[in-house]
Amino acid sequence: MKILATYNIKGGVGKTSTAVNLSYLAAQDGLRVLLWDLDPQAAASYLFRIRPRVKGGGKALIKGSREIDDSIKGTDFADLDLLPADFTYRNLDLVLGATKKPTRRIARLLAPLSDQYDVIFLDCPPGISLLSESVLQAADSLLVPLIPTVLSLRTLDQLTEFISGFNGQRPAVLAFFSMIDARKNLHREIAERLPAERDDVAVATIPALSQIERMSVERAPVAAFAPHSRAAQSYQALWAEVRARAL
Amino acid sequence: MQTFSHVVELAAGGAGQPSEDDVLAALAPRFTLGAPGRPRTVRRTWLDTFDWRLHRAGLTLEYLTGPRPAELVLSTAAGDLVSQPAGRLAWPALAEDLPPGPVTAVIAPLAGIRALLAAARATSAVQDLRVLNADTKTVAWIRADRTTVDHPAAAQLPARLQVTAVRGYQLQAQRIGEVLAAAAGLNGHPGRPLDAALAAAGQRPEAYSNKISVQLGPGMAARGALQAVLLQLLDTLEANVPGTIRDIDTEFLHDLRVSVRRTRSVLKLAGDALPASLTARFRAEFKWLGDLTTPTRDLDVYLLNYDEMAGALVSGTPAELEPFHAHLARRRGIEQRSLTRGLRSARFSRLAREWRGALTGLTVPRAGERAADLATRRLRGAHRRVLRQGGAISADSPAEQLHDLRKRCKELRYLLEIFASLFDPQAYQRALKDLKGLQDCLGEFQDRQVQQEELREFAGQMMGDRDVPATALLAMGELAGGLGRAQRRARDEFAERFGEFASPASDRRFQELTSSAGTSGGRTGTTGGSARRSANGRAGDAGE
Ligand SMILES: Nc1ncnc2c1ncn2[C@@H]1O[C@H](COP(=O)(O)OP(=O)(O)OP(=O)(O)O)[C@@H](O)[C@H]1O
Ligand SMILES: [Mg+2]
Repeated sequence: MKILATYNIKGGVGKTSTAVNLSYLAAQDGLRVLLWDLDPQAAASYLFRIRPRVKGGGKALIKGSREIDDSIKGTDFADLDLLPADFTYRNLDLVLGATKKPTRRIARLLAPLSDQYDVIFLDCPPGISLLSESVLQAADSLLVPLIPTVLSLRTLDQLTEFISGFNGQRPAVLAFFSMIDARKNLHREIAERLPAERDDVAVATIPALSQIERMSVERAPVAAFAPHSRAAQSYQALWAEVRARAL
Repeated sequence: MQTFSHVVELAAGGAGQPSEDDVLAALAPRFTLGAPGRPRTVRRTWLDTFDWRLHRAGLTLEYLTGPRPAELVLSTAAGDLVSQPAGRLAWPALAEDLPPGPVTAVIAPLAGIRALLAAARATSAVQDLRVLNADTKTVAWIRADRTTVDHPAAAQLPARLQVTAVRGYQLQAQRIGEVLAAAAGLNGHPGRPLDAALAAAGQRPEAYSNKISVQLGPGMAARGALQAVLLQLLDTLEANVPGTIRDIDTEFLHDLRVSVRRTRSVLKLAGDALPASLTARFRAEFKWLGDLTTPTRDLDVYLLNYDEMAGALVSGTPAELEPFHAHLARRRGIEQRSLTRGLRSARFSRLAREWRGALTGLTVPRAGERAADLATRRLRGAHRRVLRQGGAISADSPAEQLHDLRKRCKELRYLLEIFASLFDPQAYQRALKDLKGLQDCLGEFQDRQVQQEELREFAGQMMGDRDVPATALLAMGELAGGLGRAQRRARDEFAERFGEFASPASDRRFQELTSSAGTSGGRTGTTGGSARRSANGRAGDAGE
């Protein structure tokens, strides 16, 4: 079982869109996939039409007093399940803080699922918190969407440095450019140059496309409602690269 | 994959009956249906062993082929489903030869050495429908299934709607099942489709059993009771002939032989309850039939035990023993052919026909002995003989004396089984258990001896073949040694086993049994009353 987390300190960069589409494509490939929507705003749950509610809330889940199994919901797609968000997730840092080894908590919770799933995607809220630290420690790989700006590379370097301070397991980092605006020269230039220069930046990129925005109207992965669109093809290429590098 | 489903059966659409659309419409407004999937045509084969081991365990096994990959689906009456991919399979087949998976894991131990046969075949039009909640999220699937049976008889089964929950939506699926059931105007669980498929052909599942299930009344005339038992034994015998000829699995022949031996015991022990002219005429014919079946059965026993025997070799190896296996298989082929010839012969069909004629033509006198009295008298006599002959056996008695005692035990056993329905069931089970302990020991003693003798004969036959490696004969020698030791162990245990059988406690249990058969007393019962077949016969099993 591999754990992949979509993560960036910044908000609105495409973490959820990526987690939703890659988990769908992984399941299409015949892998057994779980997506955990860790964001109390519940965007991923919404996109799969699943109500953001977990029995006993985040507290029971994190403390282990409720079986994770009982809260998992099947999506409309074969081999793809979702562990929904819950409004109480906004207090997860408090709950984690009260446990023994907060940063190892997520890894411990997921370990028993290894006979049910081949891949688990974690969709994180933005920011740095005890929760994100626990996610970073649990993940085998981090998928980091970057808007192509000079500053975004600084964010990536900061993240890498932060991770290198971990003792024990450190996740591999794979960044990729997201929401590339074809009309902006800077976007195009950065997105073309950097993958060749840096090993931790994927070749595949996700352009800014209105089909991706439509996901919130269709409430489904773009690869499901527009399988031949450019958007679907971009996620397909990203998934192929992630699969080759991270699985 | 294990899932739970809720099945709703629609009444065969007559006037005033709700249609499938009516029933589905009841889901509104809480649920809506997604666009229906494309209908598929699925070929469906229901499978069970000849003696209905799966059905008796409450299980239904189906083999489904069609546009999707073939699968085996096992379901319980409560709605639990397990499935596994199956590939191309042909029936009959042994469960141990099926591809491994969760279905095979459940059925293999149940079916054991019995082959899985097609009990019925059908063609189904299957369509999957999504059930959506207010968020247009799929919470369950409904599989609509319209099945046309084409074997054993043509029949249209009522349409079925099977609701399967999407993970995490069990409560909604339960609700959907209830709504559909209410709309269909049906309550309670629908029957099993296999049962309906068989009913259309005038058949019922679990009709076959190798147990004697004739229900005797204590007041019945003894002759009437024997007539009923013998007719059922003949039914069982005949039921096993086609499977024996087709060589489907070893148990057809086994059950056929048990019927023959039980019949022979009744003929021998009936005394004047049956006309002497009748018993004299058929005893020789049934002996012929019994002898006809012996060589194949002996080889079956060898082959059934072969893996275990080969695995127990210490000096030799299974590979070295292989020529012996080939020899057994070849001999079995030869014996099976001569068995088949015998069962297809005019002599056999005349025996079966005339025996049935003679039995049905028997006149049952109003005055004669009653079944319970005959049973008690015969059982006491047989029991006495076992005690007498067994008591005379000492540590250095010849083997023949133990073989004779084994025959007496068998007679007692068959009497118990034949008259089982006259006794208190618990007293019957206790007495049977006492006897089984002794029988097992005597059986082990004689069977191991016979197998050693046969082994010598096989070795002689194999020497006649060219190119038999010496290592094969050496490995067979090791087998003979193992058999000899097993026989010796059985001989050493005999005194203890017999001691248990002859103990005062066991004797008391036997007395309790015989006195539980409603002998004489106030109730006279109905002399010559007809025998009923009990649905779940509680007679003893067919031990060999
Ligand atoms: N490649 C893209 N092209 C166009 N719109 C996009 C693209 N990727 C994401 N979006 C849109 O941008 C918004 C934010 O995307 P998304 O929710 O995936 O980002 P996020 O990083 O998960 O955000 P948050 O930090 O709030 O969780 C959404 O409305 C989404 O539809
Ligand atoms: Mg998000």
